[in-house]
Amino acid sequence: MRHPRALWLPAVLGLALVGIPVVSLLVRTPWSRLGDLLGSDIAVQALGLSALTSLAAAAAAFVLGVPLAAILARSRFRGRSVLRALITLPMVLPPVVGGAALLYAFGRRGTVGEPIYEATGLVLPFSPWGVILANTFVALPFLVVTVEAGIRNLDSRYESAAATLGAGPWTAFRRVTLPMVTPALLAGTVLAWARALGEFGATVTFAGNLAGRTQTLPLAVFVALEQDRDAALALSVVLVAVSLVVLVALRDRWWTGR
Amino acid sequence: MKRAAILMLVMTACAGQSDPVIRVSAAASLTGVFTQMASEYTTTTGIEVDLNFAGSSALREQILEGAPVDVYASADESNMQRVVDAGAATTAQVFATNSLVIAVPAGNPGNVTGLADLERPDLLVGVCADGVPCGDLARALLEAAGVQASVDTNEPDVRALVTKIETGELDAGLVYRTDLGDSLESIAVPAHPPTRYMLASLTDAGGDFVAWVRSERGSEILRAAGFGAP
Repeated sequence: MRHPRALWLPAVLGLALVGIPVVSLLVRTPWSRLGDLLGSDIAVQALGLSALTSLAAAAAAFVLGVPLAAILARSRFRGRSVLRALITLPMVLPPVVGGAALLYAFGRRGTVGEPIYEATGLVLPFSPWGVILANTFVALPFLVVTVEAGIRNLDSRYESAAATLGAGPWTAFRRVTLPMVTPALLAGTVLAWARALGEFGATVTFAGNLAGRTQTLPLAVFVALEQDRDAALALSVVLVAVSLVVLVALRDRWWTGR
Repeated sequence: MKRAAILMLVMTACAGQSDPVIRVSAAASLTGVFTQMASEYTTTTGIEVDLNFAGSSALREQILEGAPVDVYASADESNMQRVVDAGAATTAQVFATNSLVIAVPAGNPGNVTGLADLERPDLLVGVCADGVPCGDLARALLEAAGVQASVDTNEPDVRALVTKIETGELDAGLVYRTDLGDSLESIAVPAHPPTRYMLASLTDAGGDFVAWVRSERGSEILRAAGFGAP
């Protein structure tokens, strides 16, 4: 089918809107010094911390998100759509608002944070744990949405058949449902990880900014932009490259959930 | 007919640049005073003022990358110098000074008594990031006093730092004395050379607002907020 000609101009403009900034970033990047820049103490610390916290957040999102997705996909109860809206809220909420909300919840004077602090002395903000918490907060909905779509697209008669053959609900979930939605599990986890890797607003608001402790890649880029432009560009290239690899690898799985 | 109306609308929107609006980029620590000055300026002249507050270094980068700005107010000399060196402004003038204090949450839960307490590892301590004037000033102050602060966070601007102290998440932080507000308590630090706030007009349109900041009334607002005279 030929596309109507009227579609071309806005389509090309849309592509340019996204493409030109990315290309401009690459043009400005000091390629010959890339190795040196990425080997600096600040860069190495930020890369290491980001790897650790984003993987931990993806793991946490998996453990908490898969059960949530399964319940949302297969149960019918009043308020389910409200619950789903709530869980996807961090996808659209400005991250800095999320960070402030986390501070009021899990900060040292927060609703949950204060009793925890008084009982154990544990302080979440300004620690890598705080970074993981902020990352999980923003990444969780990506996993839940993807996995829920995968489970909902699955014919529930498979699970019913398993039940007639004597499988309990847990066995059916573990042996039938989960294996059949493996691609959605994979896509959801990778998306959650990529979102965690790029997290900025909630992290700086909730966890602060200290090299080696809470300064992840995006924070290091933000600080370096005003200090050492070349270092900021080098770190940005890493983020762009990782994101592109993830998105190309996932292709259209995100949208179909299978 | 309808098309012509839409075209007219688009053209007026594009021509909107002729509506007088002065775009002011000011250091985060000027948030209170510049908001007041802009509002009085608009009341007097009828000219709208768009205010953009952030760390002086972030604003400097925006200007050097070509952001349309009529007036730049930095909280130190080095950020302004780079804007002048780049040819974005011809002259800049000192219009206020400011110095640091230790800010603690109401009730001083960390029992902070002086600069040396910032070395205590049991306290959560914040300063502004490198390159942000309040951060550079804080580092100079700590170094001059021989204090190795155990810093837990380098905040991107002084307002972000103040918020974290106000909410009690930090036990202490080095902020401008003008940023204390009502909810923070302050602890004095050793005398130190203050930071000098610089003001420059980057376009012809900005000159009038600069003159307003330097006027008798402008100085009064700055003084009332605790800023020092230039």
